[in-house]
This record gives sequence, C-alpha cells and structure tokens, in this order.
Amino acid sequence: MLRYLLKRFGYIVVSLLFITTITFFLMQAVPGGPFASERKLPPKIEQQMEEAYGLNDPVYVQYVDYLKNAAQGDFGPSYKYKGQSVTGIIKRSFPYSLILGAEAIFLALAVGIFLGVIAALYHNKFGDYAAMIFAVLGISVPSFILAAVLQYVFALKLQVLPVAKFDTFWHTVLPAIALATTPLAFIARLMRSSMIDVLSSDYIKTARAKGISSKVTIYRHGIRNAILPVISYLGPLVVAILTGSFIIEKIFAIPGLGNEFVESVTNRDFTVIMGTTVFFSVLLLFSILIVDIIYGFIDPRIKITEKQGGDA
Amino acid sequence: MAKKVLEVKNLSVSFHTFGGEVQAVRDVNFDVHERETLAIVGESGSGKSVTVQSVMQLIDMPPGEFKSGEVLLEGEDLIQKTAKQMEGIRGKEMGMIFQDPMTSLNPTMKIGRQITEGLIKHQGLSKTEAKKRGIDLLKLVGIPNPERRIDQYPHEFSGGMRQRAIIAIALSCNPRMLIADEPTTALDVTIQAQILDLLRDIQEETNTAIVLITHDLGVVANAASRVAVMYGGKIVETGTVDEIFYDAKHPYTWGLLGSMPKLHAETEELHSIPGTPPDLKDPPKGCPFAARCPYAMKVCENNMPDYTENSPTHKAACWLQDERAPKVEPPEDVLAGGAKQS
Amino acid sequence: MSQSQLNQTDFEPIEYEAAEAEKISGQSTSYWKDAWRRFRKNKLALASIIVIILLGLMAAFGTVLSGQNYFDNDLISANKPVSGGHWFGTDNLGRDIFARTWYGARISLFIGLSAAFIDLVIGVIWGSVSGYVGGKVDEYMMRIADILTGVPYLLVVVLLTVIMPRGLWSIIIAMTITGWINMARIVRGEVYRLKTEEYVMAAKSLGAKATRIMWKHLIPNMLGPIIVTLTLTIPNAIFTEAFLSFLGLGVPQPQASWGTMTSDALDSLRYYPYQLLFPAFFICLTMLAFNVIGDGLRDALDPKDRS
Repeated sequence: MLRYLLKRFGYIVVSLLFITTITFFLMQAVPGGPFASERKLPPKIEQQMEEAYGLNDPVYVQYVDYLKNAAQGDFGPSYKYKGQSVTGIIKRSFPYSLILGAEAIFLALAVGIFLGVIAALYHNKFGDYAAMIFAVLGISVPSFILAAVLQYVFALKLQVLPVAKFDTFWHTVLPAIALATTPLAFIARLMRSSMIDVLSSDYIKTARAKGISSKVTIYRHGIRNAILPVISYLGPLVVAILTGSFIIEKIFAIPGLGNEFVESVTNRDFTVIMGTTVFFSVLLLFSILIVDIIYGFIDPRIKITEKQGGDA
Repeated sequence: MAKKVLEVKNLSVSFHTFGGEVQAVRDVNFDVHERETLAIVGESGSGKSVTVQSVMQLIDMPPGEFKSGEVLLEGEDLIQKTAKQMEGIRGKEMGMIFQDPMTSLNPTMKIGRQITEGLIKHQGLSKTEAKKRGIDLLKLVGIPNPERRIDQYPHEFSGGMRQRAIIAIALSCNPRMLIADEPTTALDVTIQAQILDLLRDIQEETNTAIVLITHDLGVVANAASRVAVMYGGKIVETGTVDEIFYDAKHPYTWGLLGSMPKLHAETEELHSIPGTPPDLKDPPKGCPFAARCPYAMKVCENNMPDYTENSPTHKAACWLQDERAPKVEPPEDVLAGGAKQS
Repeated sequence: MSQSQLNQTDFEPIEYEAAEAEKISGQSTSYWKDAWRRFRKNKLALASIIVIILLGLMAAFGTVLSGQNYFDNDLISANKPVSGGHWFGTDNLGRDIFARTWYGARISLFIGLSAAFIDLVIGVIWGSVSGYVGGKVDEYMMRIADILTGVPYLLVVVLLTVIMPRGLWSIIIAMTITGWINMARIVRGEVYRLKTEEYVMAAKSLGAKATRIMWKHLIPNMLGPIIVTLTLTIPNAIFTEAFLSFLGLGVPQPQASWGTMTSDALDSLRYYPYQLLFPAFFICLTMLAFNVIGDGLRDALDPKDRS
C-alpha cells in the first residue's frame, strides 16, 4: 500500500510540474505584459511596476522563482487586485465553491444512482423510458442554459428562490441543481446499464435459487456490484463539477473560486490564472487518487499490493 | 420403494417473445426419488434448463408462462405457491447449482457470507453459529483450510474449488432435492470426476434426490441411476442407466449414444446427428425428431407418438414401437455397453 | 389423433435426406444491413436525423427567408418581441434575431463539426499507430495522452483561447489540441482487439505493408465505434463553444454564434426572455438530436443488443 501511494505521489508531482511549466510559458506567450490592457500608464511607472514584479528578469529566472514560491504555497500577488495575494484569493473564495460543489456531487450521486436503479428494475417498461428520456435531456441541456431557465422560472417569475448570491442555504439550491444535472444524467445511464448487466448475471440466479428475497437480492448482490463503474466515474464527476462551476458561479454571482478564475481570465491577471490552474490541478489529481483508493477497497478483486490466492 | 421427492406432471412452459410464443417445455412428465440421481440429457435448446428452472420457479413470468401442469415436491404443488412461499422453499427444501462456477458467485462478497446468507434466512441461525456451520460445510465438500477460506473472496478460489463452494451453499440447509444444471461442463476432466464423486458421497450420506442436467453421456454413465432424454421440449425416452445404454429404443437416443467417442469402437468415424433442433415458435405437430430421424415414417410427421412401456421403468415415445411399424435395429456400435466402461 | 385412425400405410418410411436436415431457414444479412434494420426501428433516432437535416437547411438558407440580415442595427426597433416583421424578435441593438439565429447556426455548426472532424483525424491516426505498433511506442504515445488529460479539457480550452487572438479558428484549434484523445483511446482499443484476428495475421504473413493493413482491414472494421464516437463528439463541441462564449471568449462581434447570442441575452433575461430562448433552444435541440443519433447508432451497431 505504501509503495503504491509513493508511486502515485511521484506521478502527481511530475504532472504538477508539467502543468505549472506549461501554464507559465503559456502566459509568457500572450502579447503585451500584464499591464497592457489597463488605461495607458506613463512609461516610467509601467517600467517601475515591471521591475517591482520581477518581470524584467530573464524568463528562466522568473520560472525557477515561481516554482520555488509555488511549492511553498505562495503564488504571488494579484496583478489586478492591488494588495491581494493569489493564495489569499484562493483561501477566500474556495469555501464557497467547495460547499456548492459538495451539494452538487451529492445530488448527482443520490438522484443519479436512484434513477439508474429504477430504470433497470423497470427495464423496457414505462419507468425505464421516462428515466432515460430525462437522462438524455439532462445530457443535452448545457448547465448554463439550465441555470438561466431555472433563474427565470423560479427566481424571477415564481419568486420562490433567490436569484443570486450566497447568503443562505436556499441560495445554493438553484446553482446546485444546474451544476448537478448533466453529471446526474451520466450517472443514471451508467448505473442503469451496469445494473441491467448485473441483474442478468449468474450470481443473481444463485442468490434467488437460495431463496433470498428479491429485494435483498437487488440490494445486497445487485447494487453492490453495479455501483462499481459509478465509483470509477467519481473522478470525471469532480472534473465536471469543477469546470461547470466557472459559469454557474458567474450566472448566480457566487463569489467562488470558479468565478475568480473567470474574472482573472477576463482581466488577464496572470498570477491568478496560474495560481488557480495549479490549485485546480492539485485538487483533481488528489481526487483521482482518493477515488482509486476507494475503488480498491470496495472491489476485492483489485488488490493494491497483495498477491492473489488460489490453490486447486 | 424409496419415497418420491419430486413429481412433475404434464408441465408445459412457454415464452412470449417478439417473434411469437416459444413452446420451450411441452407436456413433460418425470419423477425423482430419494437417494436417486436422475439425469436429464439433451442438446442445447431441448428445454432441459427451462424445465428445471420452472421447477424452482426461477423463470420470470412474463415473459414466461405456465401453460399447464403440476410440480409436486413431496406432494405439494409448487405452482400454486406464492412468490414469498417459494422464497422459503428455495434454498431450504430444494437447492440448485449452475453451470459456470466462475460467474455463479458474487465477486464482491466473501464466500462465508454467501454460505451463511441462506443459513441465517432459512434456519434462523446467528452469525457465529452460521459461520461455524459454514466451515463444517466447506470441510464436507473437501476444501482444505476451511477456517481461512471462509473469509476469502471467490477470485481467490480455483474453478474446481468454486464449484465445491457452490455445492456447499446449495446443501447448506439440507434440502431434500438438489438440481445440478451442467455442473461439470465448465471444468477440467479430472476435476469433473472429483465433483461427481463428491455429489455421490453426499447423496449417500444425506439421501438427497439429485436431478443432473448434462449433454455428456460420460457424466450420465458415471453419476446417474436413471435417465430422461429430452428433445424439442419433450421427453422422448426414460429409463434406468442400464436400460438406456444397453437397450435404448428411441432413434434420438441412438444418435446420442452413437456420437460418443468410444475406446473400443471399430469404426473410425464419429457419428453425428445432422440437422438442427426444431423451431419451438412453430413446433412440428408430430414427433419433434422426425425431420432429422433416419427411420421416420409418414405417421411421424403429423402424429405425436404415445409412450410405450418396455418395462416398469423404461418408456419411449416413438412410432417404431408400434406393432404396425417395421422392425428396426439400432445401428451397429451404438449400444453394446461400450459406453459404460469409458 | 387416436391410434385407431391410423392404418398400415402410415407406417411406411419416408425418404431421408441428410442434406435436407441441414437446411437453414431465414435469410442471412450482412453486418451493416442488420445494423441499419435495427437503427430504422428507433423512431427517435430517425426523427433526430430529420431534425439535423432541417437545421442544416435552415442554416444554409434561413437568413434569406425573412429578408433581414444579421448585422443591421436599427436602434429604434431594439428589444422588440416576436412580431410579423421580426419572427424571433429583435435584440438590444435592433438586429433581427431570426436572421442572427440562422447565421449563428452556421458558425456553431461549423465549429462543432470541424472540431469533431479534426479530432477524428488526429485520433484515428494516433490510435491506429499506437495500437498497431504496440510495445514501447504504444506505451509512450499513451503516456503522453494520459498526461494531456491530467488537466481538465475545458480548463485547457479556456487557457488556450486566452492566449490566442479571438476568432473562429482559435476556438477550433483550442478545442482540438486535447479533444482527440478520447477518439485515440477508442481506436487504439479497437486496433488491439482486431490485431489478433486471423485475417490480419494472414495479411501480415502475405507481406502486406502496415499502412495497407490499417487502411484495408482495420479501419473498415472499426468504423462502427468510430462513427458512434464522432456523432457523440459533436454535441460536446457545440457545448464547448457555448461555454467559451459565456466566458466572453467566443467569436467576436459582429459575428454571432448561438453561444454568444445566449450569453449576451443573459443580462436582459428578466425583461426579454425570448432573446435567450431562441438560441438556447437550438443549442439544446442540436445537442439532443446528435446524442439521440449517437445512442441509436451505438445500439444498432452493438451486436450485444438485449432486446
């Protein structure tokens, strides 16, 4: 187990290095410096600022400096928001995204799995068709369009839920629904086909031949095995929620990290862009690692370190 | 005379599919006694599996449908039972094992739990009691180191061991009858022999009746006391093992016996039965084997033959048994008992 | 039928033809005919094909229909609802939404189809080479693909569009730089599966060159999964373009795409919902149609179909 973890950490470090490097040099490739889009600064002041931010040093020096600082959690100052550090921005805005993301993940898993199981149990009957039509719609309606529609119907017209911002739990309902819907639909389809496969397998027949009641069979033997592909999907799920948050937070004016990222892109605030990219990558790489470990615990056939047994 | 454990009378089961109604089992009759092993033999599609799964009431209805018949387990008709009642009978009074040991066990559940599940449900044992009994069962079926094995997962067992574990599960609540659907088909020949010996030993100890489905006459010779030959959804011949191997009356049985490779045979070619089984969506009005039978007569095409009793234990449904039919001898090396010794 | 009704003549033997017994009833069909037959049964998928064709026609000719064009400002008629003169209403600069919708259709569909097609070409080549050559080459090629997927697709796309000048082709390039990986993985899997088939080994032993084998034997047999993947990449591409537009990274004015139109209309959603409704509806309709067709193709081409 330890060796496996060390190996994975190694990969994560290499990937992060790669990502940071690419992002760094991408930002260097943009025409004009970080101050180019602001109102015309007197050249002297622009020079001073560039000096202060270390932008006149040769590129490789900047690169190494950046890496050294980043490894210690310091991503530098924001170019646009005077006096704020990138790390500070991340610390301030990430909790909002975390709460929203957690709600969306929970929603997608709970409802998605439930729908998938129902569809499989009522295979080729009405329940199946209804669930699958809902699922294909969920995949075909982009989250931001759904967000706009939800805003319009529930907040503006019916006025039952708040339009934007993040003050109470109720403020998170519409954004969470918008974020969760497409992944929910994927999970429902995945769970359904997995469940259908499992329900027609031999060990289900064995369980029924033992006289185990159908309800217990479905839960204990069926879902337990059918859920494995959904667990594998957890990694892409986190990715989907994370990238979805970019727009959803913008539409609902939620001060989360996704919104900050979008702002930094619009403002060409390079340190923030790089810092958040690296942070997102760290988040994702660790999420995938955790999911793999969880999967290893649930599926006994995947032994991370032990050998397989079996004498005749 | 040993007690009758299972009696199947006039069983007919059909499936409703997109293409029409498939009459998988047509008017089937057989019985099994204590301490007896009845082998049901036939090709794929003959209806063997559907018959025994209907006995266990494991067929989904719809698309399946009981058209007629009774299934009497020690006198009680299983077809009249509710689903809940059947859940109490399956695993307790009747056990079943399936063909492929690699896929018949839940891969994410410990073997021990899969054994104790039934014990806890049917006999109300506690978890510890059930586990102890589970270890005893594993010992009974010949799995070494049962205390360690009981906490392992199926993928840690070999194919032969898995089948033993499956037998242990099926026997856990001391059922009166065990149905084995091609239990050795997916195993190596040496393991096959071990499994069949195991079944025989257990039968001697517990007096269980066994219904053994197979397409392999070698298995029949080894393990069965009586045989029922199925074709096209019907039973075409039943008899004791000796009667079938030495004195079979139905041309299909001759075909099966003839297509077995024998050590002492004189001819070099293996007989096979040309043709394919009938389409059960539109079954033939007469004998199902008529289209492939080298001895078919005009009467065979449109008239279903009745059973002719050659002895109290030996019946065959074939028009050749009728006095008006020409006398036909089975082909040369088909009978003569060469099969039984191999 | 009782025994007494039978007479002696009924017991005469019939001519036995071993060959007759082997007769197979029912016609045999080829793989593609079979698949087409299955696909035809899927009403939704057929309807979706019609929808796509109609959308394509409207994209081509729609702007001419109403007599308006997509860029005429007419501030006096700004923000007018659906009417006889403007079938979809006007936007905040008085431009006709109907005309802009069909102009935008061209842009959105062009981006979607081009990106998907480029992904197809790169993915098929990468996957075929990697799968066919195998060994170390395969390992490295796939390792590269794995690292590239380490960063989420949309994140990459956003970063790339930031550094490139805004425009149609920047968007397409940004989308295709890592978009081909999914196709490559699928193609590689297929090549591995087919590599060991006997006809490939036979061709190899006859001395056929690798490219010939790939072209004549492997690719035709992989067409099924390739077409399905292609059909399902298109809605993803359309989604990505809309996503970028919402972040302000879409095609620049006065060009329009469904994405930019939807994004622009967001601010005035409360007062003029129709401005968002029309382009949003068509985005969803197009994605839905391609998804349904893709699903239908997948079911039709997969011989493990359960019904």
